[in-house]
Amino acid sequence: MAGQSDLNMSLFSPEEIEFMAEDELVEIVPNLRMDSLNFICGDYGPFHPQLAAQVPLWLAVALKKRGKCTIRPPQWMSTESLAQVLELERDSHAFQPLPFHYLEISRLLFDHAREDIPDMYMVRSLIEDIRDVRFHKVETNLEKFTASTVTWKNMSAMEVNIIRAFAGRALQAFYKHDNEQQAPDTDRMLDKQPQIPADRPKHNLKPR
Amino acid sequence: MATEESASVMDDYETLISTTDVELLKRAWRNEKAAPEILQFESSLVQRIKEQIELAEQNVEISEANNIDPLTVSLYQMDLDRTQFLLRSYLRVRLQKIEKYLFYVLKTDEYLNRLSKQEQMFARRCTDDLGSHLDETVLAKLPDNYQSILKQSITSEEDDMVPVPRLDTFVICKAKQYLSGLDFEPEYSMEITEMERDLLTFVCYKFIKKPLENGKIDLV
Repeated sequence: MAGQSDLNMSLFSPEEIEFMAEDELVEIVPNLRMDSLNFICGDYGPFHPQLAAQVPLWLAVALKKRGKCTIRPPQWMSTESLAQVLELERDSHAFQPLPFHYLEISRLLFDHAREDIPDMYMVRSLIEDIRDVRFHKVETNLEKFTASTVTWKNMSAMEVNIIRAFAGRALQAFYKHDNEQQAPDTDRMLDKQPQIPADRPKHNLKPR
Repeated sequence: MATEESASVMDDYETLISTTDVELLKRAWRNEKAAPEILQFESSLVQRIKEQIELAEQNVEISEANNIDPLTVSLYQMDLDRTQFLLRSYLRVRLQKIEKYLFYVLKTDEYLNRLSKQEQMFARRCTDDLGSHLDETVLAKLPDNYQSILKQSITSEEDDMVPVPRLDTFVICKAKQYLSGLDFEPEYSMEITEMERDLLTFVCYKFIKKPLENGKIDLV
């Protein structure tokens, strides 16, 4: 039990990750006139009909829901670019560069702006395939790591979040056992495990 | 003609001047959520955000009263809601941490000084309440040697019933710039020597404590 008690506190919920993704900028084409919006999170607009503007995703979705704009899907969400990413993703061990929040952004656009996405079904199935290939990679990567620091290029927010708890604890265990031999006293301070000395002999029975 | 290097310097400059308080608060919130220990309270940032929230609240009220376009008002309200959510969540994560490491925070000056005045008050009152509750329900009924809240028995040399934040927790972080060995504590020079910019790294929290406090690293 020790060590996992703060799991819920330090984990980001999917909703919180989506909240962060909603701050990513997208391009909209408004169909109304509106003065500049001076938000706490920044200034946007002024808006003129048919003139593209950059706004955070949450604002785009809010305007879209009220029928005040169309959203221009980002360039990486085109079928050509996704098909290429999928191919590369399948061929290589590395993660292809996609926006950190690619899953959340595409999901929000599918939910709220489906008619603005050309070939929506194709795009959606491509993104699902990419997601599956990448998750599979994440899982195979988990079998491999052993070092005390592990790096990932281009891993996305949701992917990171999925492995956070498991990988974090696994690495912590590696680290602890690696350091046990050199400095057997470092983990005396473990929380909720006051009686360390009692199980010390058990550890010594398994030489590494 | 702009070389690549000057372009990236420009990028940094642009992000520096365009970073809003909301962006800073989001960073503080993420770091606080991901770090195993309680971090320094961002008092001036929280103060500024509170002022901006108040201002925005007044604006929304005035606009509603003046029959300004309801669409615009609702958008301002959404912006306000988002900022308030961030602030609440930030404060709440801190309270959860304080509750969890209550006794440790109170007896460690370094941690106590990281709390705001209100948080310190909360921590003290919480300890008093929890202390008297444990006393009444359990401790007073135990033999004399086992009545301490902080120790298992009076023979314990240290406070072995106090949960301590685990600094060897692994966290995921991203450096905002290239970090060399000098950016890390010399103590950990064997474990960590450098960190590439923007590369997601799973690493032991204590290795990156220093660059995190210096604002060179973000937890993700």
